[in-house]
Amino acid sequence: MNMSMTQTVAEPEARHSEALVQIRRVRKSFGAHEVLRDISLSVPAGTVTVLLGPSGSGKSTLLRCVNHLETIDGGRIIVDGELIGYRQAGHKTHEMSPRQIAKQRQGIGMVFQRFNLFPHMTALENIMEAPVGVAGRPRAMAKSRALELLDRVGLADFAGHYPAQLSGGQQQRIAIARALAMEPKLMLFDEPTSALDPELVGDVLDVMRELAREGMTMIVVTHEIGFARGVADQVVFMDGGVVVEAGPPQEVLDNPQRQRTRNFLESVQ
Amino acid sequence: MTSATLPRGAAETDPGFATDDDVEAIPLRRPWRWISAVVVLALLAWFVSVIATNPNLDFATVGLFLFDPRILEGVWLTILITVISMAVSTILAIVIAAMRLSSNPVLLSVAWFYVWAFRGTPVLVQIVLWGYLGLLFDQIRLGIPLTDVVFGSMDTNALVTPFVAGLLALTLNQAAYSSEIVRAGMMSVDEGQREAAYSLGMSPLYTFRRVLLPQAMRVIIPPMGNELISMLKNTSLLSVIAVMELYTQASVISSTNLKQVELLIVVSIWYLFMTSVLSVPQYYLERRFGRGSTRNLPPTPIQRLRKALQSRKPGPAPAPPTNAVEVIGA
Repeated sequence: MNMSMTQTVAEPEARHSEALVQIRRVRKSFGAHEVLRDISLSVPAGTVTVLLGPSGSGKSTLLRCVNHLETIDGGRIIVDGELIGYRQAGHKTHEMSPRQIAKQRQGIGMVFQRFNLFPHMTALENIMEAPVGVAGRPRAMAKSRALELLDRVGLADFAGHYPAQLSGGQQQRIAIARALAMEPKLMLFDEPTSALDPELVGDVLDVMRELAREGMTMIVVTHEIGFARGVADQVVFMDGGVVVEAGPPQEVLDNPQRQRTRNFLESVQ
Repeated sequence: MTSATLPRGAAETDPGFATDDDVEAIPLRRPWRWISAVVVLALLAWFVSVIATNPNLDFATVGLFLFDPRILEGVWLTILITVISMAVSTILAIVIAAMRLSSNPVLLSVAWFYVWAFRGTPVLVQIVLWGYLGLLFDQIRLGIPLTDVVFGSMDTNALVTPFVAGLLALTLNQAAYSSEIVRAGMMSVDEGQREAAYSLGMSPLYTFRRVLLPQAMRVIIPPMGNELISMLKNTSLLSVIAVMELYTQASVISSTNLKQVELLIVVSIWYLFMTSVLSVPQYYLERRFGRGSTRNLPPTPIQRLRKALQSRKPGPAPAPPTNAVEVIGA
């Protein structure tokens, strides 16, 4: 975690050994449609990477590959030195059992566009479920930690509320707290503010900014250019299943080299 | 619009305000409500008097046989068959539903065929068929299929008594119906729930048990309550293979004393009583699994009674309705 906030991830090969997340030559197809074509990317520990791109560019799929919610057809994804979802034997990798994959996912938190809180559990129960049931932490400890997290996302008074009683912005902040309860070393955000009313986006982004300040390694798929400019260490622009451009926000966002990047930025700003 | 935005007390200060606009709003009068209620009550009274004064109906016999030991024995057997068949068929239904939801084409087809066959033939035919199992296989052997290895064998008619045949018929038939209910329940849960559970490191089994099943239960329980009541009544069909349940016992009695209608009334009273008792746990299960799905849970009958009693006593005005939700089990 003493990694400096180096922003020269544009030349990935050199930094592979130090990065927390290494995505190497990943390929993925849905039927005949190639969604990811030979993607390579690395995310140093303690940094924030924002994935930008038009819909269908493969950014959400790439994010979902990082915790093996999607299988990959080739290449490797390594998080904290561990090959994700597969065991390597020679020139091939073999998919792990669901149990082994579940174990790996414990270290990787994920926040979804549609929140996906468990509707039959209160906010507190949502947050406590995995620490108690999966990680086997004592209930009392998990509860005090959950209350702490609720306080941190500004929802200390909502512990007993069911998701249906909360606004979208509140639900998403609970979802972030739920992911953080497993003490992940990496957080994945899949368009966390896209399903929210405009006035609720700010609260969620504030929580994410705070998280970034505390040094959490984050990969964020979002259309919030302002957030990318303010928080990201690295912005990756994807289109058609390839990385078109990657680099610090001031380069990619303010001085894009490729026409495709310029067109996209003009259309969203 | 203006009157709504005026501050309180504006009516007193503004003399022109309390003139034409200050009127009382009377709801629509509904005389037909009264007329229809009177007509229905009159018809009901006529029906009751016709039944009560019918000289061919011997109510003393109804009372005499309501707690006859043979009838009570039949009631017990009816309950036993219902409980066993329902429990076993539900387990079987979960397996069949899982097979139909699996991506293995063989499992999927077999499950589909099972549901097709058992749902597509009358349950009465299935009951008689199981009763005649001895005609199809005179011996039942325990061994390794497709080989000559046999550990033991038994006469079919000794093993598959009418009771066992009835259990088999009702259980296998019910499993086909229940599996469709379970499948519908599982499909009603959003795919995002599974992904969220997986992303937290939950195993597929844990996810099923703690996240998917509790949500599916909300959809599964109401139709399963229906199935349970159907099952209770369908046990009467077992009279065709001489299982001595409630209806068979009543038939046997009425065939000797020729009081058919009286004994049918006895049977109906018992079925009504049992189905009424079965509706109670369903209500509470629905509440249990409905947590989080509605903002306000309906009060239980006991809560309603308590509220009604309290409202009779003079006391403070009831609290205004709130969005607060009672947390069950907390």
